[in-house]
Amino acid sequence: MSGMTTNIDLIDDNDIRIDGRKVDELRPLRIEAGVLKRADGSAYVEWGKNKVLAAVYGPRECHPRHMQNPAKAIVQCKYNMLSFSVSDRKRPGPDRRSIEISKIISEALEYVVFTENYPRASIDVYIEVLQANAGTRCAGLTAASVALADAGIPMKDIVPAVAIGKADGQIVLDLNKEEDNYGNADLPIAMIPRTGEVLLLQMDGHMTMEEFDRALEYGKKACQMVYDVQKDALRRRYAVQGATNGEADDETHGDGTEA
Amino acid sequence: MNSEVSRQPREIVMPGDLLDGDRLKPGAGTYVSEGKIYAALLGIKSVKSNYVNIIPLSGRYIPAVGDSVIGKVEDIGPSNWLIDINSPYPAPLHVNEVPWRVEFGDTARYMNVGDVILAKVLMVDETMRVQVTMKDQGLRKLQGGQIIEISSSKVPRVIGKSGSMIQMIKGYTNCRIFVGQNGRIWLDGEVDNIMHAIKAIQMIEQDAHSYGLTEKVKAYLEAESHQSAPSSE
Repeated sequence: MSGMTTNIDLIDDNDIRIDGRKVDELRPLRIEAGVLKRADGSAYVEWGKNKVLAAVYGPRECHPRHMQNPAKAIVQCKYNMLSFSVSDRKRPGPDRRSIEISKIISEALEYVVFTENYPRASIDVYIEVLQANAGTRCAGLTAASVALADAGIPMKDIVPAVAIGKADGQIVLDLNKEEDNYGNADLPIAMIPRTGEVLLLQMDGHMTMEEFDRALEYGKKACQMVYDVQKDALRRRYAVQGATNGEADDETHGDGTEA
Repeated sequence: MNSEVSRQPREIVMPGDLLDGDRLKPGAGTYVSEGKIYAALLGIKSVKSNYVNIIPLSGRYIPAVGDSVIGKVEDIGPSNWLIDINSPYPAPLHVNEVPWRVEFGDTARYMNVGDVILAKVLMVDETMRVQVTMKDQGLRKLQGGQIIEISSSKVPRVIGKSGSMIQMIKGYTNCRIFVGQNGRIWLDGEVDNIMHAIKAIQMIEQDAHSYGLTEKVKAYLEAESHQSAPSSE
């Protein structure tokens, strides 16, 4: 994080970052929905060099029983980094960091899901980080909310998340690994673009008030972009059906769904 | 998202999408925020008598009163059976709700773990406590046959408009079929015919919500019945 120092320039004289991006540019983002057959909903996110898989099960009976809430469902998220996701082998299993991330993602998702529809049930979200390169909690939350929608769980909105940071004294959008390690601050945000509601906000490092405001502004814009990619992923997943059978368009029989 | 032509094309909506339109009322799968209607589900938008509904494309089975379901006996108690109806909630079947007179503690003589039954959802309360019954016409223990599972959101498509699709499959394959609202389907008949029926149902599950589905399934069943006719007769 902000502790380490380096003599490399994170941002050059032309305001170009080491991976060639401008300060307010996202890394390439690709999302695919419904990649796992056995889960109720799933999504795969490739965000720069991050690779994250999310799976949703439920609503299902909540175990252990004492965690059930008679008034609403609970959202249980497990964020896990695979041992080969980082350059030094990560010791497998939950640690302080992954427990924290699991908790904040659960809480962010619980806010958007209509949990009161499923009393006593549990909605389980599993996030597996296959490859990490800074910003995995944002990628994880982004994937998880697509997976939730894919699982047909009722929710207020889809949640996009993005990290903003400070490197070489400048506010930059969507930190990469080097900027995260040698930069001055890291600020992950999850926000519903339509309402501006913030579901997750953490800060590591220091920023002035002005810098923070600027970061928030970047974040809002970036969340909208991520949101569009998320929706596009879901649309593509279900457009496949229509595309393969689109020929018989004149058909008027149709929404006779009741029986 | 143009709501003027909302009925003709099947418009896919996502959670958070605004459902605008003149004098629309919020229906199933929607929510209201600041006087506007939004979609709560990923699904297909449909407008019926001024209500906007979202027909879900996926999701677990949530029991509703009056649903016919296919359940598996999961556990036995002295005065009840616990039925797995493929939903997040366990569904007990009380001895008073079966068509036999059962003495206290004698439940295992009538039904055992692993038995499959045709049941009806008797009661669902606001905390989602579910009860099922077998005291209705046609409800019974299922013997023989096969069971397949499909997504419960596709069940209406398998049944079709007032049962047209399922009647067609029954007609072509000569099978006895029962479709539970919970996505379990029971079939009985000749093995080849069952296989054809299962294929047809899987086709429906895969291409649900596409146009001309009935014709496609019909074509498949027709081809299969012609093919197998000389060999089986």
